[in-house]
Amino acid sequence: MTAPTADTAGHRQPFRTNWGGRLAYVALVAYVIYAGSHLGFSWDRFVSGIGNGGHFVARMFPPAWDRWGLLADGMIESLQIAILASFFGVLLSLPVGLLAARNLMPVWVTWPARGIIALCRSFHPIIIAILFVKAVGFGALAGVLALIVGSIGFVGKLFAESIEEISLKQVEAVRATGASFSGVLIMAVQPQVLPRFIGFATYQLDSNLRNSTMVGIVGGGGIGATLFTAYQRFDFDFVLSILIVTVAMIMAAEVLSGWIRKTFQ
Amino acid sequence: MNAVTGTMTGSAQDARSLVIRDLVKEYRRGQPVLRGINLTLPGRGMTAIIGPSGTGKSTLIRCINRLVEPTSGQILFMGQNLAQLRGRQLRAARRRIGMVFQEYNLVERLTVMENLLSGRLGYVPVWRAWLRKFPQKDIDRAFELLDAVGLGQYATQRADALSGGQRQRVGIARAIMQEPDLILADEPTSSLDPKTSVEIMDILSALAGERDIPVIVNIHNVELAKRFAQRIVGMTGGKIVYDGPPDGLTDEDLRTIYGGEDWLNDRADG
Repeated sequence: MTAPTADTAGHRQPFRTNWGGRLAYVALVAYVIYAGSHLGFSWDRFVSGIGNGGHFVARMFPPAWDRWGLLADGMIESLQIAILASFFGVLLSLPVGLLAARNLMPVWVTWPARGIIALCRSFHPIIIAILFVKAVGFGALAGVLALIVGSIGFVGKLFAESIEEISLKQVEAVRATGASFSGVLIMAVQPQVLPRFIGFATYQLDSNLRNSTMVGIVGGGGIGATLFTAYQRFDFDFVLSILIVTVAMIMAAEVLSGWIRKTFQ
Repeated sequence: MNAVTGTMTGSAQDARSLVIRDLVKEYRRGQPVLRGINLTLPGRGMTAIIGPSGTGKSTLIRCINRLVEPTSGQILFMGQNLAQLRGRQLRAARRRIGMVFQEYNLVERLTVMENLLSGRLGYVPVWRAWLRKFPQKDIDRAFELLDAVGLGQYATQRADALSGGQRQRVGIARAIMQEPDLILADEPTSSLDPKTSVEIMDILSALAGERDIPVIVNIHNVELAKRFAQRIVGMTGGKIVYDGPPDGLTDEDLRTIYGGEDWLNDRADG
């Protein structure tokens, strides 16, 4: 009775044995061990790292607020980058996402639209920011453009997917009334996807806020440049005050976007 | 054809008759679901199409408003061959054909009133629909219809808050909002309990009857078909095998339509 094999005692096997899955687990564990040994991690390095880290953290206290003007300017610029990038990114994602939705559009339209999305998604915002800094020069414009591209890649794909998940029965009913394609979009598609669109747009605002504090490192404007300079000058107390304000801003945005999502459910 | 108005009287009923000639639909080449349907329906009253599942009843009525593309054949209605319309003309024809669905197909996140007014999308410019600035006479009609189907106080409720029977009433009201010259009903009672089914058929036949709109209804329940329709069309295997009054439908005919005979013996239980 306790034997797990299929044939004993005439039991029929309810599930098929998944040899492929088992093999994949074994391969994954083996690779993790191999990669760890190959990259030369050692316990000594870890311990000394903790010591360095502790020293570094100790130098951060107390946070320095004497350069609050610089901090505020950077923060405000980051906020502006994030809001502008989210607004235009989401706006451009609407048509791109619609064109990429395979249930409403023919293949020869979805294919190029999906190509654009894939291209926008393939690079980290920082890499795109480097390109735009080269193209349009240092400053917030480069940051905004980089984050717009990133937003299209992310939100466009999510928009397309949520359009593909709508109930076509509702679409069919509205089409049967003699509605035009745009009529179907506003009365059958939009009501089904709007709450999710709002959700994705607010997530993207969150994400752009985080990224906007970073594009400055490569010259894309915002608090990132200030943060990077502070690091390089070993002004760790000023670094801490920047980090505190950044965290506070992102948490505030989180609360705000949660509230927006709730009202549009 | 756009000039046809809602005021239909007397001889205009002939204009609402529907003629289907040699209608064939193949979803896959060489495997026809409809094998040459020929049917002439009068411009008034209710016609019930009965037949086993998968025999093409749904496909037939979806070919009429072109939610399904016919492979070949003609569908003549109001002086047009519906099978050949395109674009704007097709939409203009569709708005004169109301449709009621098995699973109601209401837009769940819209209110009952918005669902009714979506029946006017063939008439109202999109920007007005988007801003919800529908003409006052459409809104008045919507309220009248809601009262007529007994949902007067539900106008601002979301469709997904309603029960099945209530949703189907909204579905019928939406079809009537189109001021149609024909109503297609695809299994309108199949998702409902027996009592609600009768109520829904009552409402459908009353609202259409008052306006003299012909109705074509696909229906599984033979008893309901006999009770409400003035004409029965029996289909099996993509062909019409019975076409006549409900009284003329014999057990022999039902055997031809559905096959077998054991099920006829305990039909009274259903």
